Amino acid sequence: MTNKEYLPLILLADDDPDYLFQMKFALEKGGFRVVTAETMEEAELSMERDKPKLAIFDLMMERDDAGFILSYHAKRKHPEMPVILLTAVTAETGRQFGSNASDGDGWIKADLYLEKGLHPDQLIEHVNSLLNR
Amino acid sequence: MEMLKVLVVDDEPGIRSGIDRILSKFTVGYPFMDEDIGYTVYEASTGEEAIRIFHEDPPDIALLDNKLPGMGGVEVLEYIKRNQLNIEVMMITSFASLELAVKATNIGAYDFVPKPFTPQELRSSMENITKHLFLKRMTQKMNKEGKQIRFQFLSVLSHELKNPLNSIEGYLRMMQERQAGEEIGSYDQMIERAIARIKGMRVLIMDLLDLTKIESGKKNREMQQTDLVKIARISAETMGPMAIQMEVDIKLECPDEFFVMVDAEEMEIILNNLISNAVKYNKIGGTVICRLKAANKKLIIEIEDTGIGIPEDDIPTLFREFVRIRQKETKHIMGSGLGLSIVKRLIALYDGTIEVESHPGEGSIFRVVLPVII
Repeated sequence: MTNKEYLPLILLADDDPDYLFQMKFALEKGGFRVVTAETMEEAELSMERDKPKLAIFDLMMERDDAGFILSYHAKRKHPEMPVILLTAVTAETGRQFGSNASDGDGWIKADLYLEKGLHPDQLIEHVNSLLNR
Repeated sequence: MEMLKVLVVDDEPGIRSGIDRILSKFTVGYPFMDEDIGYTVYEASTGEEAIRIFHEDPPDIALLDNKLPGMGGVEVLEYIKRNQLNIEVMMITSFASLELAVKATNIGAYDFVPKPFTPQELRSSMENITKHLFLKRMTQKMNKEGKQIRFQFLSVLSHELKNPLNSIEGYLRMMQERQAGEEIGSYDQMIERAIARIKGMRVLIMDLLDLTKIESGKKNREMQQTDLVKIARISAETMGPMAIQMEVDIKLECPDEFFVMVDAEEMEIILNNLISNAVKYNKIGGTVICRLKAANKKLIIEIEDTGIGIPEDDIPTLFREFVRIRQKETKHIMGSGLGLSIVKRLIALYDGTIEVESHPGEGSIFRVVLPVII
């Protein structure tokens, strides 16, 4: 493995510290560097400061639509950075997200919508394919 | 002014224009309505024409003559009900027989006006049907809004339940796959976190059960003379471990005993929630004061803390479900997000009130006033 600094940096934003811990652990094992954010503000700040190669946002943080807002800002300022939106509630809210859900939703343009609770290995697979690794 | 559309279905042009004249100058108002209601009248001379109009430009109210040349008024009424059209019907009958009245009422006509009628008779019938229509629509609207609130509640709830499950499952998987190595000690922190999340879920579920019981009115209430001081002492003791950890001093300012006619379990839930909040959201080394007193024959409970306080903007939403005011300082404080909502509902059972006085950075006072027998 090469020097750690060359590993791609992932921004992980979620208000659940346990989820952050677990995903960070898994992503680091999967060969990434991870910066975490527990609030929207931290996430916005990190996008500018750390210039991550990919961002993973939880949909519901301090606002129910935090992920959408972060995703919108990310796509406007850093269109080249892939964004994954994670949510625990698609089934309950009746909103169906798929990789093509952005077609109907206008400005909500994440690259991928994933259900929370998926195995970290699957998440890493998705991250790798979005980064063409 | 809100306008209701009234279709007059009668084969006599004189009746149609007569009704038009009376209603175009008539309005209905009630103290509970924001604005008066007026009428836009249009006409049909046969039942067949009326049915066509129902689909092209449906009225709110139909005034139906029973004796029409082709299809009769009762048949038009049957059509409305069969097709579940949202139209209220008032029958105009020239020779009102009991049989016809019973039949039309069974099918769902709201009222009758016998022919010939005076303008005043028509107006008072219209007033009734309008009031009925207004209340019916209000009820529909409120049911719909109620459903929406319920739906929102459920989706947040499933989020609140799923998150801890996901995180517990995540830790168990990490252990199962020995992701942190073979040494069991490496997993101590994960096990501790998983247990903490399970505790959080348990609190949420218990709170939910309380909430459901109150909401459904199925909570068995046992009103009896109860010593509130005793309950407050137990609450303070229950919070002891956390208070010690936070170095918070819980003081009771009350007489030796204080008997009131209440349900003991409900008082316990109220005091537990308020005192535990006062400890949880306090500063290290802070104070909580629980005051019990009577004023104007009402019971007053005050829980004062020296905590971080609540921003003024957040106070209006404080008692809603799952509204946990998110501040940097409170992010890691565990809570179900239901406690204050439960407290508020319980207080409402006594026709009481709860208010909050808060100074960010200095502390808050929650004041409960219950009009109970002292």
